[in-house]
Amino acid sequence: MTGLAAPFAMLAELTHRCPLQCPYCSNPLELERASNELTTEEWGRVIDEAAEMGMLQIHFSGGEPTVRRDLAVLVKRASEAGLYSNLITSGVLLDAARLKALADVGLEHVQLSFQDSEAQSGDRIGGLQGGHEKKVGVARLVRAAGLPLTLNLVVHRQNLDHLDDLLAMAVEMDAQRVEIAHVQYYGWALKNRRALMPTRAQLERATATVEAARERLKGVLVIDYVVPDYYARRPKACMGGWARQFLNISPSGRVLPCHAAESITSLTFDTVRERSLQDIWANSDAFNKFRGTDWMPEPCRSCNRREIDWGGCRCQAFALTGEVAATDPACALSPHHEELVRVAEAESSVAPPAFVYRRIGAA
Amino acid sequence: MKERVVIAETSVPRLVPHARLRFDKQRDQWIVLAPERLFVPDPIALEILQRCDGVATVATIVDGLAEKFNAPREVILGDVIALLQDLTDKGVMTE
Repeated sequence: MTGLAAPFAMLAELTHRCPLQCPYCSNPLELERASNELTTEEWGRVIDEAAEMGMLQIHFSGGEPTVRRDLAVLVKRASEAGLYSNLITSGVLLDAARLKALADVGLEHVQLSFQDSEAQSGDRIGGLQGGHEKKVGVARLVRAAGLPLTLNLVVHRQNLDHLDDLLAMAVEMDAQRVEIAHVQYYGWALKNRRALMPTRAQLERATATVEAARERLKGVLVIDYVVPDYYARRPKACMGGWARQFLNISPSGRVLPCHAAESITSLTFDTVRERSLQDIWANSDAFNKFRGTDWMPEPCRSCNRREIDWGGCRCQAFALTGEVAATDPACALSPHHEELVRVAEAESSVAPPAFVYRRIGAA
Repeated sequence: MKERVVIAETSVPRLVPHARLRFDKQRDQWIVLAPERLFVPDPIALEILQRCDGVATVATIVDGLAEKFNAPREVILGDVIALLQDLTDKGVMTE
């Protein structure tokens, strides 16, 4: 180690297979086939390496991680290695026996997604008939298994006006926490931006709803709110800064600074099949390229917020400007910012087109 | 509906079942791990958290701190309740 701190957490994307087809899925347009997925043994080694490096948390994600029949084996391995384990799931493949098995081997927390507050719209957005009802049942099973529950709510133009109902649903389900995240527009979501982009007025109402609910539900429900950035003045500190705190492993073992990084087609990513996790974290080109502040062009380079927002999101910069080192256009100092706001206002003001659902071959 | 837990002198504070206070050897510091939360308690918070064993009341914890730091009990009581209430509202502690 050369003084480089280890990441705190790892997102383990066990598979891209998923029964849902959400049109804002954060997986890449080019989905990984099951035959390329890391084996149980390979994931086991990666989990041990992560713990040895000093990581503290592991998030099992996908796709839908419960598609993997070896999930409990991997949770057990993480637990034995001392990692705090979290399951990020759509829930539709879970039942009481499977949840108990996961809790028994040390799973610490479940994040369950909902696409809307009621079945018809939820099923339409997720592209799975009967999905919403199934999730409602699974939320109950999670609590019955003694596990803490967070509801993951991705919000956009077609469900944002139901935010109060979604929060009431979370309280009713005895969730401890909700994570409300506005869609981030790269990959599938960028393809569906015209169907998803909220109006500025919708956004302002949503922010007021969150503020009121935080006060009303203090001590009952923790509300985390990821603000959308098309209408913002300054970008988010995406991932707390590139290659600073976090890494992501794709189903086939590529190690990424964030789950969307493969959308940056000019970068190549190393795989745990060829190099150790520590070696990739410390030495790989993709991680070092935007680590710290030396890579920054103006206006980031001389900005007094450069170590607050770390230049924003690289994926968004690349998707919207074609230049991976550009200032995130969410920043008002970016020359692309005005165009970004104009597009958001224009797209959200006309009737939404049909979704392009996330499925192999659809992109 | 679930009620907000309000911390008082008679409360017996403890971490929620899935939160952990542990020493991180790699970084040489104590950390609190909770669902989707990870934070480094400052020395005062750590001193308080280490006394939250699920048996001691807030009153007992405050007595211990007042003796150890030779400070006015009323001041310590206010600080301890404020800290524990904040952690409770964040979903990390309960009573």
